[in-house]
Parts: sequence; C-alpha cells; structure tokens
Amino acid sequence: MAEAQLPTTEFDLTGPDDAREALAEAEAGAPEVHMVQLLDEHGNLHHDGTFSPYLQRLDAEKLRSFYRDMATIRRFDQEATALQRQGELALWVPLTGQEAAQIGSGQASEPQDYIFPTYREHGVALTRGVDLAQLLRLFRGISHGGWNPKDTNFHLYTLVLAVQTLHAVGYAMGIQRDLASDPDAVPAAVMAYFGDGASSEGDVHESMVFAASFQAPVVFFCQNNHWAISVPSEVQSRVPLVNRAAGYGFPGIRVDGNDVLAVHAVSQWALEHARSGAGPVLIEAFTYRLGAHTTADDPTKYRLAAEEDKWRAKDPLVRLETYLRKENLVDDAFFAGIRADGDELAGYLRKATLAMTVPDIRASFAQVYAQAHPLVTEELEWVERYQASFPDAAESVDERNGGAA
Amino acid sequence: MTTMTIAKAINEGLRATLKNNPKALLMGEDIGALGGVYRVTEGLKKEFGADRVVDTPLAEAGIIGTAIGLALRGYHPICEIQFDGFVFPGFNQITTQLAKIHARSAGQLSTPVVIRIPYGGGIGSIEHHSESPEALFAHTAGLRIISPSNAHDAYWMIQQAAACPDPVIVFEPKRRYWQKGEINTDDPGLDPFQARVIHPGTDATIVVYGPLVPVALAAADAAEEDGHSVEVIDLRSISPMDFETVSTSVEKTGRLIVAHEAPTFGGVGGEIAARISERCFYALESPVLRVGGFHMPYPVARVEEHYLPDVDRLLEALDRALAY
Repeated sequence: MAEAQLPTTEFDLTGPDDAREALAEAEAGAPEVHMVQLLDEHGNLHHDGTFSPYLQRLDAEKLRSFYRDMATIRRFDQEATALQRQGELALWVPLTGQEAAQIGSGQASEPQDYIFPTYREHGVALTRGVDLAQLLRLFRGISHGGWNPKDTNFHLYTLVLAVQTLHAVGYAMGIQRDLASDPDAVPAAVMAYFGDGASSEGDVHESMVFAASFQAPVVFFCQNNHWAISVPSEVQSRVPLVNRAAGYGFPGIRVDGNDVLAVHAVSQWALEHARSGAGPVLIEAFTYRLGAHTTADDPTKYRLAAEEDKWRAKDPLVRLETYLRKENLVDDAFFAGIRADGDELAGYLRKATLAMTVPDIRASFAQVYAQAHPLVTEELEWVERYQASFPDAAESVDERNGGAA
Repeated sequence: MTTMTIAKAINEGLRATLKNNPKALLMGEDIGALGGVYRVTEGLKKEFGADRVVDTPLAEAGIIGTAIGLALRGYHPICEIQFDGFVFPGFNQITTQLAKIHARSAGQLSTPVVIRIPYGGGIGSIEHHSESPEALFAHTAGLRIISPSNAHDAYWMIQQAAACPDPVIVFEPKRRYWQKGEINTDDPGLDPFQARVIHPGTDATIVVYGPLVPVALAAADAAEEDGHSVEVIDLRSISPMDFETVSTSVEKTGRLIVAHEAPTFGGVGGEIAARISERCFYALESPVLRVGGFHMPYPVARVEEHYLPDVDRLLEALDRALAY
C-alpha cells in the first residue's frame, strides 16, 4: 500500500485531512459532534456555558497539580519503557499522549468512587495513590495484579478487553443497594475505562444496556486514542463513539482528551450526575496514543509520521504549561523541581524493580481458591516432594529467587 | 422431614439463603414475575422484591459480569442461566474473570458468585436445551462445580454454594426437577464437595452424578437380579472431585464404570478413569469403562434415547467389566 493511502483517523476536524474526513463523515451520515474544549492547544481558554463554571473550583495549586501529575506519569512511562528495553520488564504499555485524559478524569474522582481500568491507566493509578512501582509487578512477570484495590479503590488491570465494564456496572449496582439499605451510606460512583478498540466488544454493549436499565451510577470513560493496535477507530465505528450513548438512553459527551481542564470538568459533571442517582454517562475523550500500543508494537507499519506530528502539536502538557506561564502561576523553578522529582522517581522505580523478588510457586497454589481445594493441596504436596527429592533442593530455590541476597 | 420436588427444594433453598443473608440476591432472565422458565424462583420476587430477585436484560455475559462487580462490592449473587446451551455467551466472563480474580489479586479479592445451570437431556427439546457442558468448566481452576441429584441435596447444596467464598457452578438435572424426595431440613449431612455411596455392592462400582443417578440405581437393581452386586456412588461434586470415596469403593469391588450424559471424549469420566487407574492399579480387575454421550453435537430429540446412557448401556458396560 502506498503511504498516501494509509488510513487516517476519523472525525478530527482540525487536521490536514479535514475535507476528506468531512466528506467521509457526510457519506456515513455521521452528524457533527460538539467537542468540549476549555483550553486549546495554544494555551488559550474558551468559554463553555456548562463546563467553564467548573474552572471556578480550581485554585492555583490544583492547576499546578494537573501539570505535576501529567509530567510525573510521562516520566514514569519513559522509565518503564527503558526498563522494558533493558530486559527488566516483559512488556510495557505506554500512555504518552493520553496524560490529560487520565489525570483529568482521575483527579475528578473522589475517594469513595471506584475505578475499573483497562491496562493503560497508569495516570489514573497515580491520581488514586497507587505506588507506581507496584504497577510494574505485572509487567515484571511476578504478579497478575500487583496492588490491593481495596487500598485505593483502583481495581486491578484486566487484559481481556472490556470485561471490566460489566464489573463496573455490577459494582455500581452494589452501590445502589448499599444506599437503599443504609441512609448514611456515602453516595459514590464507578468509573469504567476502555478504549475505542474495546468499544467493539460485546461486553461494552451489555454493560451499557445494564447500566441504563438499572440507572446504575457509572461513568463510562472511553479514551478514543484513535488506534486499536493497527486498526484506526473508523473501523470500530462509522459514527462518533459518543453518539452511542443516545442509543442506550443516557448522556454522552465528547471532550478534548488532551485538555486536562475540560476532561476534569466533564468528569466532575458526570460523576456528580451518577452519584446523584441520575444514571450513567458516557464520556469520549478524544485523544491520541503518541507511542506504540505496547513495546512489542511498531506504529510505522500502519500510520504516518505526519499524523503523529499533528497530534504532537496538541500535546496536553505543552498547552497547560503555556497557560500556567501566561497566568504567572508557575516559574522556572516549578518545572526544574518537577524534573528533579522525575529523576528521583526514575531511581526509585529502577531500584524497586530490581529488588522485586520472584514469588515461590507455592504462592500460586495458595491463591487458586479461597477455601482449600483437595486437588490443589494434592498437587502442591507433589511439588514439594518433587523439589525436595533433589539433593541441592534448598540451593535451587535460592537460585530461582535471584540468589540468596 | 418434608417431601418435595427437586425444583421446589431449590426454591426453598434459595428462599432460605435470601432470608439468612441480606447480601444474597438472585439474577437472571425471567426469574421474577415468571419465576424462571422452570419456575424454580417462583414467588421469590414477590417475597423479597425486585432488588433481590433481579430480572436482568437478556445477556448472559451481562449477568455474570455484573454479578462479579456486585461480588466485588460485597454481595453474593446467585445467577440463573436459562439453559445449559446458553451459558456460552457468558463463558468468557466465567473462565477469564470469575475463575481468576482470586488468584489475580493474590487472594485479596473474592468473587463468591453462584451460577445455576439447568442441564442435561431427556426432555425432548430443541437444540441447545439438552447439553452437559460441565467438563468445560471443571477444566478451569478457580471454579467449583457441583450437581445435586435429589431433593435433599438440592435444598442444601444451593445454600452451601451460596455460602462458599469461591465461585460455584451448580448444574441442576432439569429432567429430574419434578422428582420428589425427602428433605431433612435440620441436617445437611455431607459436605457439598463429597461423594456419597448410595447403593452398596461388592462386584463393581458405578459412578454417576446429576440426572443419571436414578439410571444407575435402576441398573444396580437389574444387575442384582442377575446375581451381581453393584455399588453406586453419587459423585455430587465434579470440582473438587472426591477420589477418596471412589477409590475406597474400587479397592473393594475391583471394577469401575463411570457414566455421564456429556460426551466421553475429554470428559469428567476420563479424569476419573485416569486417577483411579493411578490410585487403584493393583486392585483393578478390569479397565475403567466409560458410558456417555457420543462425539457429536447433542442429537435431535427424536433420537436422544439412543444417545443418552440408559440402564441397558450401563448393564452392557457391566458385562464387559465382569468379563475380564
């Protein structure tokens, strides 16, 4: 295929392919979709009747924390990628480009809310207080999870696409029952993250049907990063994803996913809507995966560098930096401090990763069932007898754990 | 002691669970006003309300997936899948999520979800309404699989499943739903994951579960007339499997026949045959024989009598075992 014929992403009305895309949309019968944007790529504020008032809630420190979190998670992404390249992680799932979508929505959640991520929501994890080193355990191959969701209400990553959207709705149905049986219960909502690729999975459809039927307090947060590995979002949907909400009978909002102010405002609105008992909301955060799908992926095979450049110009960090500097809310020392913190984080991550101990296979037996299961017990006993049958048994266990250190 | 059908016994077991555990709730298609297509949940919505007996949208992955979420929030959902052949839209949620969340979380999370599945043939129905997919689930670590065969077990095992911290799939022998039996409502008796010797014998052992239990008992009676003493074991639990009870019996009889409606290839019977061959090699007088469905999609109703194991096929297997 000639380069010029490579598919481009759809419904972006600002890129060089405007005319062609507009034509494609018209042919597909796609209606125009409003996209909420409060801060444009040049760092200028725009007014929105519904969502601009949410900016009044933000003080200078909050605005700075948006930048700090986005910079921190981008640095984390770089360090994790480096660790993978050096053979210390089996795989890494980069998020660069999606910082605003994740930090904006994550910071909008309250402690009592519960988050169901897919597997790229490192930024949301940061806002929930998950120790970033624990996120690496899964990719280090020493855990299928890595953290206790009960500590932060940030659920474990799930690698089977879209299954967690149903868990989110069920969890929200549980919140409804808690509120009905306990008048003192604190209203809470659930955030279900998924992507444009996963939106094609049947579980997303069923989750939206259930959420609507039971008016469950759940916010579906779709990060449309435009590429499901190598397949562009237009193959997943011929209409804007956000329009699907209307088919289920609840509000849908498309937001500029690279505008942390707009994402935060829209997410706050949606979470308040859900907590108030008014039912589910779909948010489509219009963003872009600037890097590869995973460290095993090669985007040069399926998309143009020009498209990446177009999105790089909409960088969520750059536009917030421009705004913060313009408003005199930051100085050079602020950014220097963030860089220094990033260096410290990098050191911590490397040290923590290399210090992770390989679990004993016996732990795997212990975690299959909550209540003892005779077959598991029998097989564990066999493994113990087998391992003990080697004359250097004790030594070999130490070796598997990376030495006796 | 009270006498009732298996369907009514499950109904009473569910009623007791809803009464005793405020976190328990039922979910499924048509289980509310209709009481389920087999009326197993009849009257429960009226008694406990729509929040605890939930008529769900028609979506099996949705039922299992939302049940997982409810369990993560501290609830104990009991899901009804309308027919055996309709569980597969929920297969992904059951095998990749429900079965694995405890292990994925290193034991920090539990998902005590119960899935009730009316299963098996012999009801003269159309495609997908007569299947026995238990082996597909038994192969998945993290799940427990049980199948009651009588009213007493039906009453208690559904309650025990609901109280279990692990996910439990209850395969209910739908062609026996109207079979009556006595229930001791004061004493459950055995642990739900143990097998029960239901007919003592000395010449051969027949292991069955669910709908084939009455068939095996009839075969044992017929064999007795021919002078053969057959021990019948109701397995009750498929995962875990009570090999102790089976091997104790085989040590005594020296012969074992395993029967189920599911196809024999890759089935539960093969696992029992392998394990018992390992455990009881020197006690065996003949190979372990299997009687079950054939390697084909469940056949049309008009020929299912030739597919389902019956008394004659069990006796034929018995003759072969005794001929060694």
